[in-house]
Amino acid sequence: MHEVSMAGGILRMVEEAAGREHFQRVSHLRLEIGALAGVEPQALRFALTAMMPCTCLEGGEITIDEIPGTARCLHCAASVEIQSYLEPCPRCGSFTLQATGGFEVRIVDLVVFDDPL
Amino acid sequence: MCVICGCNTEPDSGDTDGGERTSRVSHAPVATAGGDLHYGAGAAGVSVMGVSQARVIHMEADVLGENKRLANQNRAHFAAHGVRAFNLVSSPGSGKTTLLCASIKALDTRRPGLSLAVIEGDQQTSVDADRIRATGAPAIQVNTGRGCHLDAQMVGDAFARLDLHAAAHHGHSADSLLFIENVGNLVCPAMWDLGEDAKVVVLSVTEGEDKPLKYPDMFAAAMLMVINKIDLMPYVSFDVSRCIGYARRVNPGIEVLLVSATTGEGMDAWLDWLLAQPSTPGRRTATEAFGQRC
Repeated sequence: MHEVSMAGGILRMVEEAAGREHFQRVSHLRLEIGALAGVEPQALRFALTAMMPCTCLEGGEITIDEIPGTARCLHCAASVEIQSYLEPCPRCGSFTLQATGGFEVRIVDLVVFDDPL
Repeated sequence: MCVICGCNTEPDSGDTDGGERTSRVSHAPVATAGGDLHYGAGAAGVSVMGVSQARVIHMEADVLGENKRLANQNRAHFAAHGVRAFNLVSSPGSGKTTLLCASIKALDTRRPGLSLAVIEGDQQTSVDADRIRATGAPAIQVNTGRGCHLDAQMVGDAFARLDLHAAAHHGHSADSLLFIENVGNLVCPAMWDLGEDAKVVVLSVTEGEDKPLKYPDMFAAAMLMVINKIDLMPYVSFDVSRCIGYARRVNPGIEVLLVSATTGEGMDAWLDWLLAQPSTPGRRTATEAFGQRC
């Protein structure tokens, strides 16, 4: 459910950018979500889509890039990629992975137009 | 490359504002080897003057950046007032408020004069803040309406209204505790940094030992897991060592305490933990220590 808050935050950031950069509409919004961010891409897309009408995002396309999580194994010291907190170390098999990355939720870029649709 | 027609014009670099870069597509012609100008070299095969032009704005912006900024502001504010803040998170009904009431009473005996206050987060009602106030401690209720978590702004606003804040401004207090009882929800509050020193996840034995696997984000974000209601262990099937194993699978560094807020069992160790935490702003949670989460 927190994806609704995030979608609201994204919309606010895009509208602030519209004020600064003087564009009217966004045809493409690209986001990046880490596997360990605790954000469900589908839910975020749903929330955003619901909020887009009557904003500069109306009619725009959303791309969500999913970034793998990263972790360090406290047992064998390997640096590995993970998709969830529940995985064992792919190298030594022990459940001693300390997550190190993949927490991000970011707006990467926008394709914008200066005139209304 | 131009986003509209695919022409190969070099975008001129736009102004940067807060790390943003704007690539403007100018639709200039392509000069061929023979010096001719070609306006239709792009994918669309045509460039029409006056037709809308697209540009790319590179934002590279953290969606939680504003919350993070406010959380860091809270963190600095707490540190400046000598306040150590703990963010208590759990599912509804794990006994957070009962644990807090018992802790406030026990701290009053153990450290008389210690300033403490509570920020209570719930969707509705001031029931929990009333329970805290009944112990004599100041409390502010924050109702989130339909919101599923507290955010850094709510905590900053609430803190500004607390006596803890005022007392420190008048130089009365150098060492105090702030408990933030988050909305009962084992999912969403994990993502929101409030400026706390540590998240403490409370799990009661009636909930089952598999919660750390089912809701891993919360256990990954917490520095301490308090297993509460241990007086009920004879009546439920709850495997403590399995629960701890699951929590450490998600977060190898998580600390664990067993407590019964009702009987007082384990309360001394919990108070030791609370009072031992240094109030340095640089303290990091288990996830912060390795990532950029908070």
